[in-house]
Amino acid sequence: MLGLDKKDAVLLVIVAVLTMFAPFILNPFPEGSAMAQFNAGYPDLMQRFVIFGIFAIGFNILFGLTGYLSFGHAAFLGVGSYAAVWMFKLLSMNVIPAIVLAVIMSGLFALLIGYISLRRSGIYFSILTLAFAQMMFALAYSVLTPITGGETGLQLALDDPRILGQSQTPEGNIPVPGLFGFEMRDSAELVIGSWVFTFNLGYYFCGVILLLAFYLAIRIFRSPFGMMLRAIKSNQQRLNYTGINPKPYTLAAFVISGMYAGLAGALMASMDPLAGAERMFWTASGEVVLMTILGGVGTLIGPVLGAGAIKYMENIISKINSDILHSWFAFLPDGLEDFVVTIVYPFIGKGWHLTLGIIFMLVVIFLPGGLVEGGQRISSWLRNRRARRDDRRSKTEPAE
Amino acid sequence: MSNNDVTRRGLLKSGALAGAGVALPTIFTASSASAFTNEPTGSTVTLGFNVPQTGPYADEGADELRAYELAVEHLNGGGDGGMMSTFSSKALDGTGILGKKVEYVTGDTQTKSDAARASAKSMIEKDGAVMITGGSSSGVAVAVQALCQEAGVIFMAGLTHSNDTTGKDKRANGFRHFFNSYMSGAALAPVLAANYGTDRKAYHLTADYNWGYTTEEAIRSSTEAMGWETVAAVKTPLTQTDFSSYIAPVLQSGADTLVLNHYGGNMVNSLTNAVQFGLRDKQVNGKDFQIIVPLYSRLMAKGAGANVKGIFGSTNWHWSLQDDGSKAFVKSFGTKYGFPPSQAAHTCYVQTLLYADAVQRAGTFEPCAVVEALEGYEFDGLGNGKTLYRAEDHQCFKDVLVVKGKENPTSEFDLLEIVEVTPVAQVTYPPDHPQFAGGALGTCNNGG
Repeated sequence: MLGLDKKDAVLLVIVAVLTMFAPFILNPFPEGSAMAQFNAGYPDLMQRFVIFGIFAIGFNILFGLTGYLSFGHAAFLGVGSYAAVWMFKLLSMNVIPAIVLAVIMSGLFALLIGYISLRRSGIYFSILTLAFAQMMFALAYSVLTPITGGETGLQLALDDPRILGQSQTPEGNIPVPGLFGFEMRDSAELVIGSWVFTFNLGYYFCGVILLLAFYLAIRIFRSPFGMMLRAIKSNQQRLNYTGINPKPYTLAAFVISGMYAGLAGALMASMDPLAGAERMFWTASGEVVLMTILGGVGTLIGPVLGAGAIKYMENIISKINSDILHSWFAFLPDGLEDFVVTIVYPFIGKGWHLTLGIIFMLVVIFLPGGLVEGGQRISSWLRNRRARRDDRRSKTEPAE
Repeated sequence: MSNNDVTRRGLLKSGALAGAGVALPTIFTASSASAFTNEPTGSTVTLGFNVPQTGPYADEGADELRAYELAVEHLNGGGDGGMMSTFSSKALDGTGILGKKVEYVTGDTQTKSDAARASAKSMIEKDGAVMITGGSSSGVAVAVQALCQEAGVIFMAGLTHSNDTTGKDKRANGFRHFFNSYMSGAALAPVLAANYGTDRKAYHLTADYNWGYTTEEAIRSSTEAMGWETVAAVKTPLTQTDFSSYIAPVLQSGADTLVLNHYGGNMVNSLTNAVQFGLRDKQVNGKDFQIIVPLYSRLMAKGAGANVKGIFGSTNWHWSLQDDGSKAFVKSFGTKYGFPPSQAAHTCYVQTLLYADAVQRAGTFEPCAVVEALEGYEFDGLGNGKTLYRAEDHQCFKDVLVVKGKENPTSEFDLLEIVEVTPVAQVTYPPDHPQFAGGALGTCNNGG
């Protein structure tokens, strides 16, 4: 199917099903129940899952295939966001031109930074990309305030020209990003009993782009080009000795992954038309490294899972405050309740970073292949068990 | 942009109907069935308190959250009612808002625009909040205000001092009770002239971001108007923790006054450095060297310790004020938490009350009706004397306090003393003042 072998096609279908039915999958608990706290099926978070999924897929093309660890990838995300918001300000609120410009701009920046940084490999490469990203952050945060809006971020205004659209709606508001008349924030709700499922246009737009991005990533992974990148990862010196210059390949991978980041940035701006400098900060670059490692470096679906896991914790776990904890443990005797809350509280709410850190350590130590390796181990364990059972059955009825 | 015969709603509905065939029994509601975003239909109404719980302003965020919890308690009829008894409007009766019990959700802004918007969005989309409030920095306030405008909910700004919040980035759905950089400049200038004379040479150190710029501009223009000269204005990175290299050139410049346009940890560090360098013991141009901090907060004064003694600055409110409203608020806050509230807590508490009162007077939660009820609204008894919510820019106009670091503090909360209560007339400016130019309020948005 689509030039994919059976295994990859199955993977693509799984991702497609997960994306399209996410509003159901992420909202397993009925509205108003105590567990509704853990529902993640609201448009903003679903969009984030998908957008950071795209970001991580792109990062994985560089890190997973070539082994070059870029520690400044968020810079391209920021460039994409700024480019997209400028298109909203100058051209129109249609997301297509914004996304196109964002991908081109981030590609150009990646070409420049990649050309310089790829002169070194290993830790030196990481430090160089980190330095570039911090430079870009500092520029965006203060020096280039007229272009980037500085600390406040780049925002739309009522008097923006928007030459192909309208400066303001007839009601006197700033128009919202859309796709040929359909607004990105439009939602429909499906109510089944006490369950509420929200279907958001912006989310499905991002979802379709995720599928395209995922498909492209599969093709890159399986192509001769992808093979060459793996060769660079496993032994660059040997490539040099055989007379192959690896640099054009790594640069191409760097630019492609920068363009993925720009695409993610443009989608962020399309869902929420604001570009802030802090999405270029080094912690944002670190986050995508965490996502990729948590999910599984070099695997296709891993980065998407990692992105989902981290964004879920950031948005759901971090919102649990001590009042909610007290109501959970209210069934315990008073003293014990306070004790349990005191023990649990540092790990949730604003302490969610602590939980993330512990999970990350456990994954790196026990599952170096990330969540994907965890899944593989479980499935192989199940398969072995079935095999053993079949074995036993065959033993009890020996053929004579 | 284009007018299709196939409306989006029609399309969504038909798509939804197709889904209904699969998953019966179902009831469908288009999201725009209600008149406005998150119309409260049950017996409760949800407010969203979006404050910094981590990051540089976490202390202030914690104090804001305390004030919000207190306000909710008072609105629902608990506690001693706090400022509700001194408030000039008597629309609130302790039975929630419009008879609906007030509930709240909290979120962490992390003092980052992106995180703050994500948190506000989840409150609006997931928890059904009808009003968002809080925050301790102008960047966040401006970002969240724009989001609320777009989503069709009311935004009641917390601590935000930059001119832009009600200047070039003002929005119809956003309201600010806190004062701003211009007001700081206008209130400080006469006090400075009286104490330090009118022929000083000032050297500005400015935090390199939006709030720093507007504050520097405001202080410069108001001090230059009374005869001061600005020798230099140097920008310092927000992440700077050691300001020694910025302090050293101050003395060589021939300046005799240092203005620190810094806030939070920045101000604590730069002031400490300046005092350690002995600037305050120096004599320049035959005058004692002086330091000025345009925006003071108690938490900052606490951080800087003894270094704040005798240093002038401005503040929105202080717990030592002796009017009935302030006393009632300090009493109920102190009873509940055991220490006096900060100015951030005060502005957040007041904003919650003002919102509830506006809803009560409008008789509906509809954002446009609330905007109408707040615009041009005059009230009293909330701690700053007679106050006006100006219709043109949604900025509150009220008295501003000029304060000084206390020479002999009696407790860790008693660090500032009020030098002057600058009357509102002196800090009022026309809506089209150059420092607030650009941007437009737009029209209120009901969302839905």
